[in-house]
Amino acid sequence: MSDTPPDLSDLTHPPHHRAEVVFAVASFLVAVLLAALWSSQTTWIDGQDWSRQPGLWPLIAVVGMLLFGAGELAACLIRNARNGGGDVRAELGLWLKALEYAAWFLIYVLATPWIGYLPATVIFATLLAVRLGYRGRVLLLSPLVALGIVLVFKAGLSVRIPGGAVYDLFPQGLRNFLVLYL
Amino acid sequence: MDTFLDALAIVSRWEVIAALIAGSVGGVIIGAIPGVGPAVAIAILLPATFGMEPIVGLTLLLGIYGSALFGGSIPSILINTPGTPVNALTTYDGFPMTKAGEAPRALGLSFGASFFGGIFAVIALIVLSPVLARIAPMFGSREIFLAALLGCVLVVVAHRGQSLAAGALLMFGLFLNTVGMEANNYTQRYTFDLAFLTQGVNLIVVVLGLFAVSQAFTLLTGRDDQEAAPEIHGSVWKGVREVFRNKRVAVAGSLSGTIMGIIPGVGEFTSQFLSYTYARASSKAPQLFGKGSPEGLIASETANNSVPPAAMVPLLALGIPGEALTAMMLSVFYVHNVIPGPGLFRSHMDFVMALYICLGLLNLLALAFLLVATKPLLKVLVIPNRYLGMIILTLSFVGIYSLRNSAVDCVIAAAFGLLGVVLKRLNLPIVPIILGMVLGGIMETKFRTSLPRIRSLYSWIDRPVAMVIFCLICIVLALHLWGLWRDWKGKSDGSVQH
Repeated sequence: MSDTPPDLSDLTHPPHHRAEVVFAVASFLVAVLLAALWSSQTTWIDGQDWSRQPGLWPLIAVVGMLLFGAGELAACLIRNARNGGGDVRAELGLWLKALEYAAWFLIYVLATPWIGYLPATVIFATLLAVRLGYRGRVLLLSPLVALGIVLVFKAGLSVRIPGGAVYDLFPQGLRNFLVLYL
Repeated sequence: MDTFLDALAIVSRWEVIAALIAGSVGGVIIGAIPGVGPAVAIAILLPATFGMEPIVGLTLLLGIYGSALFGGSIPSILINTPGTPVNALTTYDGFPMTKAGEAPRALGLSFGASFFGGIFAVIALIVLSPVLARIAPMFGSREIFLAALLGCVLVVVAHRGQSLAAGALLMFGLFLNTVGMEANNYTQRYTFDLAFLTQGVNLIVVVLGLFAVSQAFTLLTGRDDQEAAPEIHGSVWKGVREVFRNKRVAVAGSLSGTIMGIIPGVGEFTSQFLSYTYARASSKAPQLFGKGSPEGLIASETANNSVPPAAMVPLLALGIPGEALTAMMLSVFYVHNVIPGPGLFRSHMDFVMALYICLGLLNLLALAFLLVATKPLLKVLVIPNRYLGMIILTLSFVGIYSLRNSAVDCVIAAAFGLLGVVLKRLNLPIVPIILGMVLGGIMETKFRTSLPRIRSLYSWIDRPVAMVIFCLICIVLALHLWGLWRDWKGKSDGSVQH
């Protein structure tokens, strides 16, 4: 073991990644777009003091985004020119990979008002576990985990999630139970 | 004394006790699972607490916030993986102790230090309360505006090496807060004629997207790298007692955490950095730091666990959250029309005192739970990462959809989830966006309400408290610029020598 003290810089200066520049360019372009839209997306009321204008705070925010964004972009370009720090394409691939799970999530969201919270959650959890490659006991556990979540939140904590349209097909008493608790 | 008794009456209600137990035990478990963390849990539970009384909801959330760091040290020490990001420094000395066969001692040191830090900060809060109650009414609109501005400045400068990115993200948060119908002139701001944007961008949806959904996506796109559950042999008691033999380091760490917790926008990392640096500089065995130093472990854990109670000071006294978790808790106050700030100390001192008692009790409960349940708790370390991601995504739906039963909210949260993935992958900070949204709202409101009394620029700082805050802003900015100049000079000197 060497006698050098531990380097605490990771806590205060996280490591740099080359793909930062992609994010810096994108966020700067968003800032430019928002700045260009400022006059059409906010109102400047004639005769009203500047400090009371409804467009003042969006202006402060957008100008701040532009200034800090331009600085960050320049800093990223300098850092990338000086050091390495990872493969940009591989990193972009990882970002895009998350899109698949965003799609899974949105399908779950859209299915819930139709088939109901419990069925949608059980199907979502089980299918996603299959997609992730789980088999055997872990896969069998998924519908139980889903059931547990529904029971804790809807039956236990009474969070507001409406019943599914499909619940209307059941007899009145059962329908009311399903709407209230599942 | 009457206030204290009233507070005790509040705390002794069964709902509060149940929330206290659920929060502290749940927090320890959540903290012990790498990849979840208190921010995700609080974000998911937040909408569920809106139906509870403020004291019950806040106790539950505070329980998770305060005790997650206790549990977070377990994987840091045993498998070199921080349970929460804040426990990263614990791995430096905790894991080498495990490798040296001293895992129970390291766990005991960590639990004892967390308890010491938490209790120290609660006592500091109780001692400070009369002072806060006297100072808080001195904060009018101008002072709160300037304090929020100070919070913004601190958020930017606290991210050293990333100040520009933090500034851009803070301004993005500020921008998000302005979207929607403007309440004074009833004009639209950046709504693009979309009906759902008229109500603005909901803070909870953004919080859930950036913390919970993004964490689910990150875990789902990652790998399952869990190994068999680690085993520990022996008692952790010895380590707990050892903390009290290292009072100097424990007090210094707790003091650092308490002070840094009170200052908005600074938080655990800076407090740990200061505490660890002091402990190493003043130690008789500095060579052990990073290789299994008990003092290093105490410095790290006391500093991080004293932050949560201290972070309640700006929230309760001024209504200004210092970091993302207290920003989430602010919404619990707002939902129940309890406005934190100077008036809270005047009119609801029993409520404030009850929160302090709960903060103290949750530290006791978390320690007691860990002393009896550490060994069975190790089982949570084997839950596969991607499976956790699936569970978090399922839970996120409850949090988002139950707010307004809006699929659009879920789409917005998913979009912020994707943004969160990118920010996490690039090690860019998420907190400035949340603080920008919250502090931006406070600043805009207080700026407007200050205007009738403003005659010139000097009117902003012509009162003593406003002048002090303004001077603090100037000092912070001057120190930051000086630090940047020193770094730049160091680099250019180095390149000349090279």
